[in-house]
Amino acid sequence: MSLFVIIYFIALVAASCLAAYYKQRSAFVLLFSLTLISFVLGIVGGAGALRFVAISAGLLAFAAGVSYCFREFLVVIAPTALGKELKTAPLTAAFGMFIIFTYAIAGIFAPWIAPFGESEVIASAFAPADDTMLLGADQLGRDMFSRIIYGARNTVGLALSATLAAFFMGAFAGLLAATRGGWLDQVLGRAADVIMAIPSLIFALLMLSIFGPQVFVIIVAVAIIYAPRVFRLTRAVAGNVVVMDYIEAAKLRGEKTGYLIRKEILPNATAPLVAEFGLEFCFVFLLVAGLSFLGLGIQPPTADWGSMVRENATLISFGEITPLIPAAAIALLTVAVNFVVDWMLFRSSGLKE
Amino acid sequence: MGDITKLIARRLGFGLLTLLVISIIIFFMVELLPGDIAEAVLGQGATPETVAALREQMGLNDPALVRYFSWLGGAVVGDFGNSIVTGARVTEVIGERFINTLFLAAYAAVIAVPFAVVLGIIVALLRNTLFDRVANVLTLTSISSPEFFLGYILILYLSVKTSMFPAIASLSSDMSFPELLHRTFLPALTLVLVVTAHMMRMTRAAIINLLASPYIEMARLKGTPPWRVIVRHALPNAWAPIINVIALNLAYLITGVVLVEVVFVYPGIGQALVDAVSKRDFPVVQACCLIFAATFILLNLAADVGAILTNPRLRHPK
Repeated sequence: MSLFVIIYFIALVAASCLAAYYKQRSAFVLLFSLTLISFVLGIVGGAGALRFVAISAGLLAFAAGVSYCFREFLVVIAPTALGKELKTAPLTAAFGMFIIFTYAIAGIFAPWIAPFGESEVIASAFAPADDTMLLGADQLGRDMFSRIIYGARNTVGLALSATLAAFFMGAFAGLLAATRGGWLDQVLGRAADVIMAIPSLIFALLMLSIFGPQVFVIIVAVAIIYAPRVFRLTRAVAGNVVVMDYIEAAKLRGEKTGYLIRKEILPNATAPLVAEFGLEFCFVFLLVAGLSFLGLGIQPPTADWGSMVRENATLISFGEITPLIPAAAIALLTVAVNFVVDWMLFRSSGLKE
Repeated sequence: MGDITKLIARRLGFGLLTLLVISIIIFFMVELLPGDIAEAVLGQGATPETVAALREQMGLNDPALVRYFSWLGGAVVGDFGNSIVTGARVTEVIGERFINTLFLAAYAAVIAVPFAVVLGIIVALLRNTLFDRVANVLTLTSISSPEFFLGYILILYLSVKTSMFPAIASLSSDMSFPELLHRTFLPALTLVLVVTAHMMRMTRAAIINLLASPYIEMARLKGTPPWRVIVRHALPNAWAPIINVIALNLAYLITGVVLVEVVFVYPGIGQALVDAVSKRDFPVVQACCLIFAATFILLNLAADVGAILTNPRLRHPK
């Protein structure tokens, strides 16, 4: 019995007792079941397993603390109306916003944050981490940490522009289909059906094999693949708005289609569209990451998270986790966006279930 | 009964039509290349003679429409022409690989489907409890992770650090079935993790949707015990959404398999596709795309038909 194990159990039992005394039912159940599980874990896995649990719990608590502070910070700096909304955000959503904020900072200020250039060779291949290189060197001796920072700019930037392209194409077509109707609606709808019947990754691979892996091709390909999803949603949402009386009134006033879309329909369709933008970004981001993992995304020497994983994958067979960091960065951002989207959907739908 | 056959026949017709349109897209997209395939493949340094020879060999001198119909005619009977790079018959290159891929997908599906559906139902019944919240965060994380991230984590912990399973899923024909299962366990597990998360969330949503309907509340109010509400009242109506969820996720499995095959160097059709794309081997790319699209459409069709068969309201449309 080491000191660590003793402190670990005393802390857990004390916290359980406190929770029970203050009638925090779910917290008590959580803490006490964790205590019971820890008994078994401690016997099976020894102190190492308990240490793992303690570190995970600590990280979780740290993340919760950061999210809480970040939410309060946002509430303080935001205008009052927005602040009230933010006050109701769950911690997961605050965590998501914090992560997105961090990535944005890393992406925008990459050249100032990163200690080395993205394609600057500074050490031997796979050199281990030291004081100047936080995460060691990659397969050509470039600084891993700097490349991850630059990756935030390149990978996320590419995914963001592809999402924007898909979104504008889809939303524009959807609004047009909803307001015009008739044959245009039919043609656009059938086209969307056909595109959605092809698996997205396969379609992207087909287009890249034909036009070659250039950034512009990737953006167009992804936009074509994901526009139908936005198109369908926009059309459905706008379709519900179009039949309202105030649209009829605007039409009788003699307003043009452009005015109808901008002033009457869009303001009433923003909430679901913004949530869809988040979801869409997640899909696009994963697709782009997959493509660059396959060597068909942004071409070297530009730093890109997907291809970094592939290039350094040999390190994994030596038990190193460095190649997993860019992959984890992808996963973390996607989770963060999902958290925020969940909250937005919850708010816009007014669902309590 | 006649109604159902007619409905299913109509759906099948739609599926075939979609497939036809997709085959047109796949074929004519290559025609969009500046110049033609022969120039694109041989590159800038090619002499006019070699380009002409390749054109002749690939039959590029015929009009595109003629070539499309001969390609489609071949594809229907499983003949996709020859690879540009190796000259081997495309069918030979991808035939065996397709079976390997189907095996991997089936392996993952056999584990994932029962597991995910049962878990999804449990989570739906325990909704808004701590268990549900934890499951929500875990499935969300799993969905948000790229397939290669999960794959490499599994390799790191189950293969490199503990050496329980091999990291590379190489196959040979003289392997026994248990050995085959052991060899392909890690790729299958990666797929299981991704698909289970998707399926659990969709099953949960479907069941919760159902539990909110008035007749369930009625059953509760008249004092039916909870298990009977589930088994007698909810489940018969839940089959349609659950079958839908399963079919949709099997379709998802088909594309997820590409990345997983590359991570584990698994000799499947996905890897053949990726290789062909980087070598610009168009006949192989077209064949793989058509096969993937056909499987995808077939599974979506199965979802539709399954939904029709289990839902009397769809069986007798007004």
